[in-house]
Amino acid sequence: MTAATTQTPPDRGEPIPGTDALVNPRTLVDTVLRARTFGIVVILVLFVIVTWLLQSSFLSGSNIRFVLSDATIYALVAIGETFVVLTRNVDLSVGSVVGLSAYVSANQFQAHPGIAIPLVFAVGLGVGLACGAVSGLITAIGRVPSLVVTLAMLYVIRGVDTIIVGPGQVVANSLPNSFINIFQATILGIPDLAWVVAAITAAAAFYLRSYRSGRDLYAIGSDPAAARLAGIPIGRRVFGAFVLSGAIAGIAGVIWATQYNTIDATAATGLELQIIAAVVVGGVAIFGGSGSVAGAVLGALLLQTINVALNVLGVPSLWTTPIAGFLLLVAISMDRGIQLRLSAALRKRRAHLGA
Amino acid sequence: MSSSATPAVAAKPPSPAEPVVSLVEASKAFAGVHALREVSLELFAGETHALVGENGAGKSTLIKLLAGVHQPDGGQLQIGGEPVFLSGPGDAAHRGIAVIYQEPTLFPDLSVAENVFIGRQPLRPGRRIDHRAMDRAVNEVFARLGVRIDPERIARGLSIAEQQLVEIAKALTRSARVLIMDEPTAALSPIEVQRLFRVVEALRSEGAAVVFVSHRLAEVFEICQRVTVLRDGQRTLSRPLEGLSETDLIRAMVGRDVLTEAHEQHAPSRTVLEVQRLTREGVFRDISFEVGAGEVVALAGLVGSGRTEVARAIFGVDRYDAGTVRIDGQKLKRGSPTAAMSAGVGLVPEDRRQQGLVMEQSLARNIALASLRKLRRAGVIRARTEREFATDWAKRLQVRYSRVTAPVSTLSGGNQQKVVLAKWLARKPSLLIVDEPTRGIDVGTKSEVHRLISQLARDGVAVLVISSELPEVLTVADRVLVMREGQLVAGLTREQATEEAIIAAGTAAALPSATRKTPS
Repeated sequence: MTAATTQTPPDRGEPIPGTDALVNPRTLVDTVLRARTFGIVVILVLFVIVTWLLQSSFLSGSNIRFVLSDATIYALVAIGETFVVLTRNVDLSVGSVVGLSAYVSANQFQAHPGIAIPLVFAVGLGVGLACGAVSGLITAIGRVPSLVVTLAMLYVIRGVDTIIVGPGQVVANSLPNSFINIFQATILGIPDLAWVVAAITAAAAFYLRSYRSGRDLYAIGSDPAAARLAGIPIGRRVFGAFVLSGAIAGIAGVIWATQYNTIDATAATGLELQIIAAVVVGGVAIFGGSGSVAGAVLGALLLQTINVALNVLGVPSLWTTPIAGFLLLVAISMDRGIQLRLSAALRKRRAHLGA
Repeated sequence: MSSSATPAVAAKPPSPAEPVVSLVEASKAFAGVHALREVSLELFAGETHALVGENGAGKSTLIKLLAGVHQPDGGQLQIGGEPVFLSGPGDAAHRGIAVIYQEPTLFPDLSVAENVFIGRQPLRPGRRIDHRAMDRAVNEVFARLGVRIDPERIARGLSIAEQQLVEIAKALTRSARVLIMDEPTAALSPIEVQRLFRVVEALRSEGAAVVFVSHRLAEVFEICQRVTVLRDGQRTLSRPLEGLSETDLIRAMVGRDVLTEAHEQHAPSRTVLEVQRLTREGVFRDISFEVGAGEVVALAGLVGSGRTEVARAIFGVDRYDAGTVRIDGQKLKRGSPTAAMSAGVGLVPEDRRQQGLVMEQSLARNIALASLRKLRRAGVIRARTEREFATDWAKRLQVRYSRVTAPVSTLSGGNQQKVVLAKWLARKPSLLIVDEPTRGIDVGTKSEVHRLISQLARDGVAVLVISSELPEVLTVADRVLVMREGQLVAGLTREQATEEAIIAAGTAAALPSATRKTPS
């Protein structure tokens, strides 16, 4: 039989005029979702073109390199955050984790002169894993809202950082050149770090799409009650997402140490809010269930591009924060508006079909 | 049709005499109230079994026992003659019992195919999900069901009928032996109902045991072979449907002493509420009626017929697309509970724990909540004034409580309901809408609440009662309006209103006269 309910049943009179656009909800819903990611790309391109027209030096090789290497750390942390947000949770502690990991890993060169660089990365990873595991355990087993748990962890980790660092700091010239220059090379004019992050993005996207545990994350965020009925191990998955977010933030901390020359107790303060902004602007639903890592990475790239572009155009740096906030509002209102319109359209369509 | 990708329903038919799944004298009580008493049920392969009874008769509890959501207090569940203990919904699904609820629970953000296979997606080497195999399997099942839904579209926006089909596909790919459908037709159009019936009939003929819950008796006779009737948590009838008439079933459902509490007729004076052609697209349409001062009007009909939605629209919680609501001749601003309240409308919601009360707050706070404007002096509300005010009203309504400062959560359901009523009565409303006034309230307190409603009408308040319990409707109402599928289908006077008349008006299934043939 071919008469699916998406079509007007033949015996209910002639098709209702004006409903043609709504006949197949797949096109409606999917178009909207695709348009969401596509929209970021359009805004990004527009922004770049306009800035370039106003200030042609914007597209210089060095500027592109600068934007990309700056955006990559944000993009990397945004990937981990996406995993958490998909499950209808949030990780506010990533900024503190990056800060702690950056100091602890850089400090290894003073504590253990001649230490191997991979070992330093392992230390950063370890710091991140431990922080993520604590947040994850309390959220998943204690059933405490992650907003509160990770807010507490934000302060706890930053506090530990401050105590360890004290008034001191790590300066670049105390670090070996091999460490500082590890991500200074470019391949095809693009920083090697950007390639690495692109590869990680692809891997994360592949995982989320092609593995049961990845799909479980979406299911949990989409409808936690239904997820429980479907027998999905919610606690384990949420824990895993937090551990991953922590681990990525830990690695990002080490990269931070290679990029910024001075690391003190305030390194990466407030980063978490920029990350969440990037994730939401990138189209990941703040209440979980939908979105992609590619979107989050694009969101991070867009926010950084805007930062640099405004700078290049001579707009006072004071302006960049409110503009980023405004963009966030636009993104959220757009999502909400689309959602309301969509459900109203579907309700009316059903009324016409007499269901 | 049963390739390896789409396992068929119950390949081997068990001996016809032996039930696939049965409940043996199962009992279940909630907080001391018996929901089911020693109910037995036998489900046979290749048979569609109707489960009927009034609201509150115990159908849902019975289904939840079969679904593993609840475990029986007494008696047992048997699968293939062996006693089993279901540890949860997952366990039941694993043992081949699939339940399709009236409002299916899908993941709105996942694709249709993923909803069918979540947690058990077909894998390729390396434990990767085989999306192509998944889509193919879902397409095969849909082809077998005779429907066309794109497996890759997301579930958000699917109609209820389509969602049910996805749930059925889930059951089929799990090789369910028992398929339980809880009022599957309640939200469907006649065409969708017919398609669902073809699917059910096909599954049955392949050897599945189907349980069909419906209020529409015509549907029961159309597709069922056996029927079990529940009344007040007990089984009153269980036999093959052959030889029974609708009247027999109604008698088995209703046949109890109707509450003998005397009804006092209230003569309406002026019109308080006037609703004209109220329409919310897809929910209800063209609703017109009036309620006079000193009159109790009941809005009856099945759950899902749009009664509650009409009440919410009048009170301004939901918006409506067309029509007007007038209170004392004044047009009410739409979509504004504040406007409704200042016009003298009160709403006692169906779900008092969630919407009617602030559970952690004290009795005094809750009663005073809607009258704060009246109680404040220079913008300040004194706790003592609040307490005295609340004590006064709690006494008038005979609320049984320890202290007015105790949280309402410590009260019984009936007394909580009285607190909600007190809250609104304290505002001296001209119209009070009461949604399911006695849900979850013990029998003794029920009649007190009924008495209160009568008292209100005597004091000149216009009362609109929404109730699924027919004895209650008949006890309190001066007039009964019956809704069906979003429309007002009958207005019965006190004399015309009987349980049979209300059921008949509320359930007459609007089936198309001819059954269409479809290639499948």
